[in-house]
Amino acid sequence: MTVAAIPRLEGRSRVTFFGILRSEWIKLWSVRSTRWSLLIALVLTIGLPLLVSAIIASHWSEHSHNNFNPLDPVLVGPGLAQLPIGVLGVLVITAEYSTGMIRASLTAVPKRLPVLWAKAIVFAAVTFVLMLPAILIAFFASQAILSAHISYSLGHPGVIRVVFGGMLYLAVLGALCVGLGAIVRNTAGSIVLFAAIFFVVPPLMNVLPQNWNNAISQYLPENAGTSLMNLTHSSHSLTPWPGFAVFVGYTLVALAVAAVVLKRRDA
Amino acid sequence: MVIEARDLTKDFGSKRAVDGLTFDVRPGIVTGFLGPNGAGKSTTMRLVLGLDRPSRGTVTVNGKPYPQHAAPLHEVGALLEARSVHTGRSARNHLRALAATHRIGKKRVEELIDLVGLHDVANKRAGSFSLGMGQRLGIATALLGDPATVMLDEPVNGLDPEGIQWIRTVLRGLAAEGRTVFVSSHLMSEMSVTADHLIVIGRGRLIADTSVSDFVAGASKKLVHVRSPKDNALRDVLAGLGGSVSDNGDGVLEVAGLTAAEIGDAAAANGIALHELTPQQASLEEAFMDLTRDELEFGHAEAPA
Repeated sequence: MTVAAIPRLEGRSRVTFFGILRSEWIKLWSVRSTRWSLLIALVLTIGLPLLVSAIIASHWSEHSHNNFNPLDPVLVGPGLAQLPIGVLGVLVITAEYSTGMIRASLTAVPKRLPVLWAKAIVFAAVTFVLMLPAILIAFFASQAILSAHISYSLGHPGVIRVVFGGMLYLAVLGALCVGLGAIVRNTAGSIVLFAAIFFVVPPLMNVLPQNWNNAISQYLPENAGTSLMNLTHSSHSLTPWPGFAVFVGYTLVALAVAAVVLKRRDA
Repeated sequence: MVIEARDLTKDFGSKRAVDGLTFDVRPGIVTGFLGPNGAGKSTTMRLVLGLDRPSRGTVTVNGKPYPQHAAPLHEVGALLEARSVHTGRSARNHLRALAATHRIGKKRVEELIDLVGLHDVANKRAGSFSLGMGQRLGIATALLGDPATVMLDEPVNGLDPEGIQWIRTVLRGLAAEGRTVFVSSHLMSEMSVTADHLIVIGRGRLIADTSVSDFVAGASKKLVHVRSPKDNALRDVLAGLGGSVSDNGDGVLEVAGLTAAEIGDAAAANGIALHELTPQQASLEEAFMDLTRDELEFGHAEAPA
């Protein structure tokens, strides 16, 4: 077998952060798990609010309408979409460790940290942009289904915040899970950690004495983050934007720890 | 010098994988990195790339640590022994993703896919690739940045004869273009075909840093096989000259300590006819075994990695 001479590369190449973002964009969309996870997230975000709204509308007379929050059906979607978004956020980095791809990635970008930032940014941005139409569709569809019984619109106080809050929450959650994945490195372990923080610990808080529960629960990542989606404010939850700031804080801490261990550990 | 290792040492827990390695790798030739499995070759290469941090010592590429280069893929193209590809991604997307970090375009990716002969399978998932196809993808990855140094860990592992021939030609071509080629193997026979210079390690320590021809000459036993109708007379003559003679049973004398020329001259001076005079060269594999016998980590029971 004869070999042609190795073709020369035209032009000078160098690592740029934009190039790393582009690399992570290509990586994200070139594996099947991305398409499946995001499809599931979209179906949950759009489909569940329709279903819940339809059920509420058809049983309107039996429903207790005291304190009925017309956005509750819409928020069922992001509530469940957390799962596929979180799992995919973890996989974005743990799949590189399980397959060995991380060695190629860190050989191309041996300064390492830009890879972590790029993964978090690209995944958070993709989540935000995909969820934007999904939550709006869910909102308008739910509004139409329930219009005979209750009237509300994007113009009502707080509604814009709640609707956009759902997307912001999921986008930041994605970045947080990229951080968790980078810290744990193992797919199963990272998913267990994510599920523990978001789905196991919050209900466990109910075994605590009531006043402890009230004091602590509002600072848990999920409760702090989702306070952005509360239309009415209860005395034992953080107010929307400070609560969301706490959630962003958790995310930054997770990414900072991830950065330290990524830099220090052998790849 | 392109790659310079100075007292390079790496401990994994209490186990010392690389132990005070100091060596240089020069451009324009193929430098073989030889050692038994588990000798620390892969770890050394990972240290060069900054994937592992040295416990002591330094290694630089073109004057500075690899991670400090502005265009790392332009400095070193590497094929690691362990697979470094996401199994769910196609070969084309794998190359495009890595190329993107350096703003290297699609045209370059297509050139390399053609060069390594993966055109027909470039859109297939890398996880479905045979070992040989995986190695070809690894070579394409290594050459993506048109690197000044090419570092390949056991590149012929798992390749069919055609693939092995192909790798050898590629390595020779890269060195002829003036690039630095650093290639590891646990097979001396492979190195003797491809390498000009050898760095031999065992148990993480440097054993030899020499040209291939010196390595063979230095390590071989320098035996000469001699056959003569008057072998008893010849035996006395050679013993008198300081040679040590043994009989291997077939009427062939094995002479150590004298060259073929010295033996021939002595026989002629004493009127002894010779029917055979054959210098024996220890095989490369034997030379390598001799050199590394004491350094084998697990003895001969070790399974190939």
